[in-house]
Amino acid sequence: MAKILSTKFYDRMKKLEPRYPTKVALLLPALHAAQEEIGWLPPDVMEEIGAHIGIHPAQVREVASFYTMYNLKPVGKYHLKVCTNVACALRGAEGLVEHCEKKLGIRLGETTADRKFTLYEEECLGACGTAPAMMLNDDYHENLTTQKMDQILEKLS
Amino acid sequence: MSETLYIQHFKDSSRGLDYYLKQMEGYTALKKAFKMTPDDIINEMKKSNVRGRGGAGFPTGMKWGFIPKQASKPKYLVCNADESEPGTFKDRDLMRYTPHLLIEGMVIGGFAIGAHVGYIYIRGEYTREAKLLDEAIDEAYAKGYLGKNIQGSGFDFDLTVHRGAGAYICGEETGLLNSLEGKRGEPRVKPPFPAQAGAFGGPTIVNNVETLTNVPFIINKGGDWFAKLGKLEKSGGTRLVSISGHVKKPGVYEINAGSMTIRQLIYDVAGGILDDRPLKAVIPGGSSAPVLTADEIDVIYDIEPLMKVGSMMGSAALMVVNDSYPIVRLIKRITKFYAHESCGQCTPCREGCRWMEDILHRIEHGHGKEQDLALLLDITDNIAGKTLCALGDAAAGPVASFVRKFRPDFEALIRGGRHAQVHH
Repeated sequence: MAKILSTKFYDRMKKLEPRYPTKVALLLPALHAAQEEIGWLPPDVMEEIGAHIGIHPAQVREVASFYTMYNLKPVGKYHLKVCTNVACALRGAEGLVEHCEKKLGIRLGETTADRKFTLYEEECLGACGTAPAMMLNDDYHENLTTQKMDQILEKLS
Repeated sequence: MSETLYIQHFKDSSRGLDYYLKQMEGYTALKKAFKMTPDDIINEMKKSNVRGRGGAGFPTGMKWGFIPKQASKPKYLVCNADESEPGTFKDRDLMRYTPHLLIEGMVIGGFAIGAHVGYIYIRGEYTREAKLLDEAIDEAYAKGYLGKNIQGSGFDFDLTVHRGAGAYICGEETGLLNSLEGKRGEPRVKPPFPAQAGAFGGPTIVNNVETLTNVPFIINKGGDWFAKLGKLEKSGGTRLVSISGHVKKPGVYEINAGSMTIRQLIYDVAGGILDDRPLKAVIPGGSSAPVLTADEIDVIYDIEPLMKVGSMMGSAALMVVNDSYPIVRLIKRITKFYAHESCGQCTPCREGCRWMEDILHRIEHGHGKEQDLALLLDITDNIAGKTLCALGDAAAGPVASFVRKFRPDFEALIRGGRHAQVHH
């Protein structure tokens, strides 16, 4: 089977392997690295990771499905994860989510038809002092307002 | 004048090794520790009265003392940087501004317990902080503060950043260890405790970030000095307090342990209530902590005083709520979080959290029944203390406290429907 993951991925795994006493411990780092490359974790990628680590693909899936950050289905180019936990809710996050839903024409958990935006609700991001906050792909955006959100979205459109 | 250890260094220019060496007596504690015996270090930790900063408040020196001297398997030191308790954001600052303090604390900790391998388990969302830690670790390796024969001491210590992937439960130490091992982050049955069989089956200590960044200060200036920074008998050092919600100046603040009341923290430190509205509620220790009313804020902000009023200090995350946010909606949101994060192993937590969320949802939307409040309290009784880990208690305590302390808010919605006004 042709490999989907890059040599960069395998180099990274090789570098990490001596850091752990077991090979299974590479699973979370591997899932992160694979998702960084592909954007999500399709079944054949999980199979490839399982083959590399020496575990059954079902075990990869069992673990991947436990963690919310691993995308088991494709997401848009821009993945918005708006925190609505306590501190952000107190600072207007719920209105922010509504605003995004209207602006993007999708509901929470959905992706726009052009595959550009995915909107998720996020649990606490640990940015409560600068609430409301969201992650846009890997980056934090804090002290959000609807105006600030508009500016961010416009830059991406 | 009060002395702060951290807050003056919370700026981007503090991050590098140069700053750490020149401005923070960087890696001098390490050299001192190498001349001490592991027992001396653990004794100094005990004298310091440092207690776990992650939430449980367990005495760190005593915890280190649980590690067996002889073990057939390698020992591990793991830093819990999952920082997942809602309202908590202090460790993020420690990692992005003073990463070398954490590295030095971990090398000393490793030396004290006889571990040659350490991991920093950082929550997956902190991508930037993970990168900054990696950079600091590379710097430390390059200058011989990590790796083989550190500073000619003969002691080896390797340190690796391990990223989580979005699961609150991985802040629970045995869930964290499973996650580190490449498994689902489900908490383990205890005993055995991690000090006997933790990471990869070896004796393991799991400490919070702030707990470990305290270590270089304790070694350099002594356990007695550190203990005296605290104003109460059992709590040494300073505390980083994360203040969020309806205050004018949310943020991370540093206080001498036990030196202030909640009222002082809200009004003198965080600038008072947002929009000058009336204070409605305070959640003192992260969203797992039972709620306090506006009449209960003259309590000293530390572990024992908060326990005495039926709440907890937890991770020192103070969330302030004014009268602009509906109280029932608030506890519904908190409960939704625990229902979402329950790992599902224990039936009382898995089923109970979801059930409480459903009931709170219907009350919030004006469909509550008279008997719902008794039912909620009954469910909390059947969760608390009946689960493998503390998530069950974390979900039950807040619900019980909100129902008991803000009963009129619930009753108004039950009797008057969703548009009911609450009068106090």
